[in-house]
Amino acid sequence: MTGLERIEAVFRRCRAEGRAAFMPYHAMGYPDRQKSLQVIRTLSEIGADLFEIGIPHSDPLADGPTIQTATYTALMQGTTVKDCLAMVRELRAMGVDRPFCAMSYYNPIFAYGVQRFVEDAAASGIDGLIVPDLPPEEAGELEAACRQAGLATIYLLAPTSTEERIRYVAAHCTGFIYLVSVTGITGARNELPPDLAEFVARVRRHTELPLAVGFGIANGAQAAAVARIAEGVIVGSALVKAAGGEEGLARVAALGRELAHGAHHPRSNGAS
Amino acid sequence: MTDVSVTPSKVNYRAWPDEAGHFGPYGGKFVPETLMPALEELEEVYLKAKHDKEFQAELDHLLRTFVGRPTPLTYARRLTEYFGGPRIYIKREDLAHTGAHKINNALGQALLMKRKMQKTRIVAETGAGQHGVATATAAAMLGIDCVVYMGTVDMARQEPNVYRMRLLGAEVRGVDSGSKTLKDAINEAIRDWVTNVRNTHYLLGSALGPHPYPTIVRDFQSVIGREALRQMLDPETGPGRLPDAIVACVGGGSNAIGIFHPFLEYEQVRLIGVEAGGRGIESGEHAARFADPKLGRLGVLQGTKSYVLQDEDGQIALTHSISAGLDYASVGPEHAWLRDLGRTEYTYATDDEALEGVRLLSRLEGIIPALESAHAIAHLIKLAPQMHKDEVILVNLSGRGDKDLGTIMKELGAL
Repeated sequence: MTGLERIEAVFRRCRAEGRAAFMPYHAMGYPDRQKSLQVIRTLSEIGADLFEIGIPHSDPLADGPTIQTATYTALMQGTTVKDCLAMVRELRAMGVDRPFCAMSYYNPIFAYGVQRFVEDAAASGIDGLIVPDLPPEEAGELEAACRQAGLATIYLLAPTSTEERIRYVAAHCTGFIYLVSVTGITGARNELPPDLAEFVARVRRHTELPLAVGFGIANGAQAAAVARIAEGVIVGSALVKAAGGEEGLARVAALGRELAHGAHHPRSNGAS
Repeated sequence: MTDVSVTPSKVNYRAWPDEAGHFGPYGGKFVPETLMPALEELEEVYLKAKHDKEFQAELDHLLRTFVGRPTPLTYARRLTEYFGGPRIYIKREDLAHTGAHKINNALGQALLMKRKMQKTRIVAETGAGQHGVATATAAAMLGIDCVVYMGTVDMARQEPNVYRMRLLGAEVRGVDSGSKTLKDAINEAIRDWVTNVRNTHYLLGSALGPHPYPTIVRDFQSVIGREALRQMLDPETGPGRLPDAIVACVGGGSNAIGIFHPFLEYEQVRLIGVEAGGRGIESGEHAARFADPKLGRLGVLQGTKSYVLQDEDGQIALTHSISAGLDYASVGPEHAWLRDLGRTEYTYATDDEALEGVRLLSRLEGIIPALESAHAIAHLIKLAPQMHKDEVILVNLSGRGDKDLGTIMKELGAL
């Protein structure tokens, strides 16, 4: 089974079960190497369906303060791209079997060598790639390598995307499309944007692919609200923030359960 | 005006960027999807404005009556004598309103936004503060809300410019992430732009960033080269001939591309960019992207592919320069491409050499250069002895040094 097929299988299963996929992001190496592995294992045990494996970069220009701080901390502790792939192998060895999408800015991948990165990522247990500063226009080499290795190439669409761009980007996406809920950067927000449903509907007119919504989702009620209109609920900053504090793992587990319940029970009000 | 023979170019240097914004393997658009529509709109609006006579006439009028263009060409007689030739001419961008070339682009983009876009707010980044001051000035004059992001390290070393921006009504937001310099200010400006893109124009100040910025900034700055070409060829204002070499400092590279571009077809004119050598290339503490084979490699930073100072893992290196305006890890993509084509060449001057440049130009010509521009002056010390005394050098003096007095006083001490 290729990485892309593993991702597709997750969304098929979710559809059959009448629920959305819970898709947590975590920054590898934060708060430290060992704890970042535990965060992912814990979330996997409480119902995460697919992970975004955050590879830290020195200049995360699409990220808000929470993920900026987390990835900076990880870098300061010596987290490298190679080590992130090693952590992925360790997670697989521990038995974490959910699909992994590597989330990295382009330069670390480019410096590693696009072809070599894709091969090494696939061999380590990565199933797809999300590169937020790489639009399809610039991604020819990456897409070709991913096709060869069976990895999904997931692009982002934003509320500002025009109909023409939605069609163009969707045609380059495999696995699912990542919808950025707000015009902005990553970070927990108190409320979902009022025009989210309209945005999701606008994208859906142009594609059959599963749609996953991220940016700003921080609690179970928001997760359930997103699960009512989309196939995937992506949560990053809120979980990363929880992982960084005192008793990080316990807080990640508690918040993770709430979010998973919301994503898995779209009709709920978010309380488990 | 003297006739000039143009050596036929082997290459049409104006064939780039291509439609996708590439200069050969460099350039392009590497930004979050949220910004892609804004870049497409900007390109469309800019191309229209470029051929819009009314817009160009208004810009020309403002450049004459507000900026003070054309800026003079000054024959540096004592500097020429000091070196025993070649003859040195200085293009005086330090005499443009706000004290640097940055106003050419800031005014152009601000006018573009005001006249052609449905936006009400400008964000900008600044390193030395000159682009921030220029943007705040254009915004004040045109009545536009303006927020300028600036690294806190730069705010400390360019304090007068922070006050000038605030006096001009701009909001200056300090950036405390990363190295707290220009790169981090750009990250924060882009984050603001991503968030407020519907009503905000990002007024990028150098020939950097995603397409179409490198082209827009180059075009607005090319007024420097067009004037300089005319002034050089006219015996009333210059030597009545082409220069043999043009020297300009290169951070992102906007003043350099601005003076180089109109001379590209004149293959006999050497075009020399001077990067910040900081504490020396071996020290690793510099901003010389082309000079350090260990750290300077092809990469992607802040929307464009070019030479980038980075570690083996693709993390962006911390840079150092005595001049905040050259203290940046990447360089404009068109510079990288012109260098590949063999049309431009790049060298560097260290912090100490730049300070010597400040001293020389101040004492011999009565002009206190910005620390950025002093890198170009410093290169004359190496270049002049290699040239014939009848030859001619044109130096682009991109800005004046008032903003740097604090740093210069600290470095040079009591005089």
